Amino acid sequence: MILLEAKSLTPLVVVGVYLALLLAFAMLAKRLLKTSSSDYFVASRSIGPFLLLMSVFGTTMTAFALVGSSGKSFVKGIGVYGLMASASGIIHSAVFFLVGIKLWAIGKRHNFVTQIQFFRHRFDSSGIGYLLFPMLVGLVIPYLLLGLVGAGTVVRGITTGMFPDTFGGELIAATGKMAFVGAVPPWITGLVVCGVVLAYIIAGGVRAAAMANAAQTIVFMSVGLLAFYLIADALGGVEKASEQVLQNRPELLSRIKTIGKLEFLTYMLVPLSVGMFPHLFQHWLTAKSAKTFRVTVIAHPIFIMIVWVPCVLIGVWAAADPRITLPAGKENAVLAKTVGVLLKDPFITGLLMSGILAAIMSSLDSQFVCLGTIFTHDIVIHAKGEDHYTDKQKIMLGRMFILFIVAVTYTLSLFPPDSIFDLAVWCFSGFSSLFPLVFAALYWRRVTRAGAFASILVAAGTWIYFFYQGLIKPSFAAVKPAVKEDYLVMGMMPVAVMFAASALVLIVVSLMTQPPPKSVVDSFFDDRKA
Amino acid sequence: MSSTAPRKRGVGLLCWGFIVILAIVHFDFWAWSDTSLLAGFMPTGLFYQAMISLLAGIGWALVVKFAWPDRIEAWADEPLADDNASDGDGASE
Repeated sequence: MILLEAKSLTPLVVVGVYLALLLAFAMLAKRLLKTSSSDYFVASRSIGPFLLLMSVFGTTMTAFALVGSSGKSFVKGIGVYGLMASASGIIHSAVFFLVGIKLWAIGKRHNFVTQIQFFRHRFDSSGIGYLLFPMLVGLVIPYLLLGLVGAGTVVRGITTGMFPDTFGGELIAATGKMAFVGAVPPWITGLVVCGVVLAYIIAGGVRAAAMANAAQTIVFMSVGLLAFYLIADALGGVEKASEQVLQNRPELLSRIKTIGKLEFLTYMLVPLSVGMFPHLFQHWLTAKSAKTFRVTVIAHPIFIMIVWVPCVLIGVWAAADPRITLPAGKENAVLAKTVGVLLKDPFITGLLMSGILAAIMSSLDSQFVCLGTIFTHDIVIHAKGEDHYTDKQKIMLGRMFILFIVAVTYTLSLFPPDSIFDLAVWCFSGFSSLFPLVFAALYWRRVTRAGAFASILVAAGTWIYFFYQGLIKPSFAAVKPAVKEDYLVMGMMPVAVMFAASALVLIVVSLMTQPPPKSVVDSFFDDRKA
Repeated sequence: MSSTAPRKRGVGLLCWGFIVILAIVHFDFWAWSDTSLLAGFMPTGLFYQAMISLLAGIGWALVVKFAWPDRIEAWADEPLADDNASDGDGASE
């Protein structure tokens, strides 16, 4: 009967107030915005350490971190933390240090605004941009999708029962029963979230995104800790909650039946994706100096711990609580369901919902801005020339492309995947398979244009093959397994094969082809003696 | 060259070594089937991995302190030779 209880509209009012405050904040950013396209696209390279930390962290923590991690832990247990969170604490910071700082310096030397500009100059090839552009956009779209699907799932879970006369809910095929009766449907949430994010990035570009990210990161971290405290309290305390897991679902406290050792080992390659995220590249370029990165490199693993440990615990606690039940394949809804079932104060529920939306929107904004930027610079300006358009026209072109991408992503979000976590891992794996390219471009003079092209094509080909085998084909299978297993290749994550193939081809083809001209390569390497 | 430079480089390498060790011990295969709780509520496997995150923060602080690329900002500000100068747009192919 929980689903049909009359519910207060207060949570939605709280969310409405939060979104209004966010928009007001964006208007403030607009007042601070300079009129140049440099400020719109890279915030005039003036972002300081605190804002960089918050914007980079806010950008990397999306629905995947809150909704996906709790949902995956609900099914797989505590091992999820080791799969992604602790590995990311090591790998992300390593990438910020080894790749981010160097790209910042190169970006400043060459006045680059986008990742594709870097690759075009590094390999003296216009074509590499046209090859990378669809691939990067194609991989960012599933990432955007995570945000919209996550937002829709959370709002639907929490608002269940609010509008029983307006929204009929969803028919669950396996049980023949209606679920989420009276809930705000995901298509409405998607429209609102897109509208708000678009409003503030169109107003202020990457500076508004960075400022909104910082504010939203503070909101979602604070609210996440509050949610953890309140949920633990509602379960009778942390000891009782964990004791319940030990009694009802002990397998979730270990990894013996849930995660393979080779799977765990090869998951370590997934976080390398941050080295090729185009939106993160753009955030790196906004830094005022190399020293700006220091706080981000140090604090990132600790911030990940602060967000992920509570989410993973909430996931396993929920799995062991008989009051929290979900239809098979709906584990994305576990956080919302837990909040809905255990927390009765509608104001607090509204705060939590705002916090979750903050985490999601703080990623969407950077991704939207970035796609507008790469389209404007790497396709339009590259084809027509720097002086063909005025600054205002460049910004307008960026905004139009953002609107197009939002429309595509919104349409795709109407057909949501079962697991946000799994979709995220596929998306990250694609970016990881391109990591050998950026690493070689920064540290190996001998890498050639042909090697780069071959590596990109192999990364794309292997990703498409495994994505089809692992996600698309099973979706259309006549008989679906009751419990969906992770798609593995000889016990390994597909990313291991994709990464190895891409790296191998890069090296072999580069060694088989003529070295790049010294005049092209020299400006990318610091040859001064220490 | 000052005599502190090689020493700093040595300490920097040690700090990187610490990060590499963390990456290795992150694979806690020996605790794969452990279902015990620490302090009555914290799953041991989760606590271990959370400590990896905490130690990573400390490790990165050491790397930043002792292995920071001091010269990179000066390099970033150096003017490019004319034939390498870029308007940031794209390559010429």
